[in-house]
Amino acid sequence: MTAETMSIFSPKVAARFDALVEKYPVRRSALVPMLLYAQDEIGYLSDAVIAEVAQRIGITELDVRNVATYYSMLRFKPAGKYNVQVCTNISCMLRGAYDVFEKFQEELGIGHKGVTSDGVFSLEEVECIGACCWAPAIQVNYDFHDDLTPESVSGILAQYRQKSEGQNNA
Amino acid sequence: MPRLVSHPDEVKVVSKRFGQGAANIDKYIELGGYEAIRKCLAQGPDWVIEEMKASNLRGRGGAGFPTGMKWSFVPKQSAKPKYVLINGDESEPGTCKDHLIFLHDPHSVIEGTIIAGLAIGSKMGFIYLRGEYRYLLEIMEKAVADAYAKGFLGKNIFGTDTEFQIITQSGAGAYEVGEESALMESLEGKRGVPRIKPPFPAVVGLYGGPTVINNAETIATVPHVINMGGTAFAAIGSPRNGGTRLFGISGHIERPGVYELPMGYNLKKMIYDVAGGVRGGRTLKAVVPGGSSTPVLLPEEIENLGMDFDQVGKAGSMLGSGGVVVIDDQTCIVEFALRTISFYQHESCGWCIPCREGTDWLKKSLTRFHAGFGTAKDIDNIRYLAENMMGRTFCPLGDAAAMPTLGFVKKFRKEFEDHLDGKPCPFAKHGAPELTIV
Repeated sequence: MTAETMSIFSPKVAARFDALVEKYPVRRSALVPMLLYAQDEIGYLSDAVIAEVAQRIGITELDVRNVATYYSMLRFKPAGKYNVQVCTNISCMLRGAYDVFEKFQEELGIGHKGVTSDGVFSLEEVECIGACCWAPAIQVNYDFHDDLTPESVSGILAQYRQKSEGQNNA
Repeated sequence: MPRLVSHPDEVKVVSKRFGQGAANIDKYIELGGYEAIRKCLAQGPDWVIEEMKASNLRGRGGAGFPTGMKWSFVPKQSAKPKYVLINGDESEPGTCKDHLIFLHDPHSVIEGTIIAGLAIGSKMGFIYLRGEYRYLLEIMEKAVADAYAKGFLGKNIFGTDTEFQIITQSGAGAYEVGEESALMESLEGKRGVPRIKPPFPAVVGLYGGPTVINNAETIATVPHVINMGGTAFAAIGSPRNGGTRLFGISGHIERPGVYELPMGYNLKKMIYDVAGGVRGGRTLKAVVPGGSSTPVLLPEEIENLGMDFDQVGKAGSMLGSGGVVVIDDQTCIVEFALRTISFYQHESCGWCIPCREGTDWLKKSLTRFHAGFGTAKDIDNIRYLAENMMGRTFCPLGDAAAMPTLGFVKKFRKEFEDHLDGKPCPFAKHGAPELTIV
């Protein structure tokens, strides 16, 4: 398979994958990061993503699915353009993470694993994200936001909403 | 952006370059970086291992195994390539120290990895970061590329005949992968389930080759040990616990943050002097001393407690990852226990039955209990269940779930009893906790 003719990924990501599989002593070491990078571009692990990744690594689709289902960041249906992940683990919980989570639910009108009807946001309650000393903390896609209160919520959402509209108008 | 804190009692060794732009390789060199590896290349592997042994540096991931000894276990001759694997899958609730290392001092991780490689005779190292740390992975990737460009990595590092390559790797969300054998499985492109031991990684590890696995903080400490000398490093800490440690203090605390303090530093002082005491002038109810898997301590138990592996162990808990979680008197311990076990239930990989079933039943029991539907018998059942998980799994996740649960039930039995007979939780403002995580 040549990446240019058959890949579902952009030329940039396809080229990255070509390099990635050659990098390790064993080809399938590329599998987990490749799935994550594929998801970053396509939005989720669609059947087409699974098929192409399997082919690139040289393993079966079943094998890919078997690995992919293990990792909590990998998903099999689309999330919002901005996936809001609210940590409610102990350090965050003690500093009001559930109030922050509630506020996000209220503002977005969705619950855990929900996606807004315009597809801009999705919401998730997640486990510890490694920002305990700056709690409560969230991630929007890969961006950290810390030291939050329920009052910070609308500002954060406005920031991403603006970003989304800016991209649509561009 | 994570806030940096400081206190006069701190002894800045690992954190001394934090906030100084040392992610830039030239700045790192200007601040004394890449001197330790040059020294090691001149002195040779045996000298490095002796310095590490003299330093009393013990693994910062939580187990506290002496680093020098770990390196010395790797066979000198090996038919298969040897590897160094850096565990940056920081996921233990209450722990965010490696976050700061990757952000502020990525080259210390690279330098430590090269030194470990030299010590064990390996030509390849891997630095594995949890998937959520994407922005930190990008910082590490840039640092590695810069080190290659300077000739610090590659076929002939620092102009010598020695070869060393580094590959950075991203996880994709799994606490279990922080366990060393599961980490190797993940890096081999598989589900992160633990391997049975023995054989230990030092003999059969990554791709079947002898492998040293070190925590990111441990490896970032290594260049400092070499620069100051093992004995001088050991002298900072307490007996058999060399050096300093990055303690992350979180929860109901006035000045949360990551503080670098000598091993053996008094926990009470750490909470009240260094981090400003319990938030809002409230009263201390309990402390989790080393990440959420370590059994809770009561205020009277921390009076004279020095924070090192041996003293905290003697007090019936563990130093773990150094994540100190402070709990005030307005907190429901049953709810806290439930949130703790919910995490382990979510993260259990399901490989070993006592862990998979145990965490699930503990969560169910505690959920019902917190909602006011528990019976007196449940308290003993929770204890019995947790006791029977202990030591019965391939990896320590089962213990990590059982140990704190036992601590909560044992030390706060009265509070469990206060939830009996349909009584509402005396603390929770939300009623039953939401815990929508599935």
